[in-house]
Amino acid sequence: MGGFFSHKSAQLIKKGINRIFKGAKWHGVEWYLTFCGAVIILFVLFIIIFAKWIAPYDPLEFVGKPFIRPGQDGFLLGTDNLGRDVLSRIIYGSKIVMTVAVTATIFSAVVGIPIGLISGYFGGTLDRVLSLIMDSIYSFPGLILAIAMAAMLGPGMLNVSIAITVIYIPTYFRVVRGHVLSVKEELYVEAAKTLGASDLTIIARYIFPNVIASIAVIFSLNIADAILTEAGLSFLGLGISPPNPDWGLDISKGKVFLPTGRWWLVTYPGIMISLVALGFTLLGEGLNEILNPRLKEA
Amino acid sequence: MRAILSYFITRVLLTIPMLLILLTVVFLVLRVMPGDPAKSVLGAHAPKDQIEMVRKSLGLDKPKFINLHGNPFDSQYFHYLYNLIRFDLGNSMIWGKRPVATEIKEHFPATLELTVVSITITVLIGIFGGAFAAKKQKTVGDYGLRIYGILIYSIPIFWLGLMFQLIFGVWLGWFPVAGRIGAGLELKSVTGLYILDSILTRNWRAFKSVIKHIALPSITLGMVLSGIFVRLTRANMLNMLKQDFVTAARVRGLPERIVVYKHALKNAFIPILTMMGLQFAMLLAGAVLTETTFSWPGMGRYLVERILYRDFNGVQGGIVFFALLVSAVSLIVDIIYAMIDPRIRY
Repeated sequence: MGGFFSHKSAQLIKKGINRIFKGAKWHGVEWYLTFCGAVIILFVLFIIIFAKWIAPYDPLEFVGKPFIRPGQDGFLLGTDNLGRDVLSRIIYGSKIVMTVAVTATIFSAVVGIPIGLISGYFGGTLDRVLSLIMDSIYSFPGLILAIAMAAMLGPGMLNVSIAITVIYIPTYFRVVRGHVLSVKEELYVEAAKTLGASDLTIIARYIFPNVIASIAVIFSLNIADAILTEAGLSFLGLGISPPNPDWGLDISKGKVFLPTGRWWLVTYPGIMISLVALGFTLLGEGLNEILNPRLKEA
Repeated sequence: MRAILSYFITRVLLTIPMLLILLTVVFLVLRVMPGDPAKSVLGAHAPKDQIEMVRKSLGLDKPKFINLHGNPFDSQYFHYLYNLIRFDLGNSMIWGKRPVATEIKEHFPATLELTVVSITITVLIGIFGGAFAAKKQKTVGDYGLRIYGILIYSIPIFWLGLMFQLIFGVWLGWFPVAGRIGAGLELKSVTGLYILDSILTRNWRAFKSVIKHIALPSITLGMVLSGIFVRLTRANMLNMLKQDFVTAARVRGLPERIVVYKHALKNAFIPILTMMGLQFAMLLAGAVLTETTFSWPGMGRYLVERILYRDFNGVQGGIVFFALLVSAVSLIVDIIYAMIDPRIRY
């Protein structure tokens, strides 16, 4: 009589899992991480692009009675306190959170990378001052800085993106600057200098390409972080304003009904946030192990 | 001894520019960026003369950085710094208009208590989880903990808190979901840290209630941060287990348990300490969200509440306080570090 948790079946499950991961070893675990992350991201992109056709209802419309339980009356994930379809709101919500996260990450890359290149390449007083400023901002809790910015700028997608941008500029700066410092003493940079290449050419053609791999990793990890920050700001009432469908906002509106046992208003948007953040984290981690094999842990 | 003293002095002096930059960033965010504090206090549609009055009372009618028409230091920026040096954060603009410094003094112990308990939980999960994963490398336990390390990092902290509230508060009814202590329980305030206060006054009923109240918020905050510690400890331990002294200990016939948890773990600890310093900012950010989720009356909830009630002085005071805290902790961590590791010198 071997139940599910008996010793024998536990051994079997263990063997199975070990086999799967040993199989992974064959290609390298990093491929599996990257693959899982990519699948999740593609899934979300699919939802964003085809939201109109996938979503059963309008996310803003009161389509049913309030608080219909998941699976009843044809509402797969139930309805919220105003009778809006939770599933449709989640589907449309993906668009807002991804737009904000990607915009903020691109903004901070666009600002942080050039400053890092210049600071690292030219060095001197400029470098010391910039490093001190960036390190100071970096040491400050990002969310609290974003809270202050968002509070002053007011709600809205663009304002939230700007508030989040500031947090990640130092991340790009530090990584890019570090790379530049290690690369700029290389022989081929010296050679380019001797041949009379301008600073701009050296930075753009000989130094920047070395940094791209690290930027890809940080970009992916930052999107994951930005998704969580956006959700946090919206949860605090400083991000996207109602009635827009936004995951963080829906959680903050739904938490009031948690003590009465209406769990589905909060649970599903949170699962989506975790899933998407996980996707970008996995992609970033996977890329990191593929692109920077020297950093691989034992 | 002389070297360590000169290190301390240099490090303390280095804190000053860092703090000045942080305070300037706060100033820029709150006063120079678009968005008018007076309007955010009164709402966008307030009458013009009222807005002017509030602007005047906040000193916003003065030039921002340098006063070109009189005393150059008679500007917003220098008044802001001057008031901070005197620890004058202004008066709150709502509810009795008490000094912001007093309000912070009342709210900070709650945050301190929450963060200390949380970081303890984080370190316990992180170190033992990481050491265990390293010991059982490439087994189900190892992969499980590695997946935990990545997964927990992707979960929004406030949502995790709400799920705990739902499961352990609403469904099972084991723990309360809001506040620091049960209603109707009296606790004499000694330090403001309720756990300590209840022990000092031997108030065991209050102690039980306090522990029950802090359980869910601290586990939430502690778990979210633990992922990175599990990963770090695991990587360090794998490195340590390959070292000669570990092999030597094994050869001498010490039990594997002692080799792993005593010899190797002790040496893997220094990088973990560094990480604790770096994670302090994360801890504070997490505390803001956790406090809001659990109605925990600390600094994070204070800040968010004052933003929603448009109390400009309260918001500014709260953020300045966080800046001071971050600088102080980074200073303390560096000094502890220098005392442990004799290689660190200027």
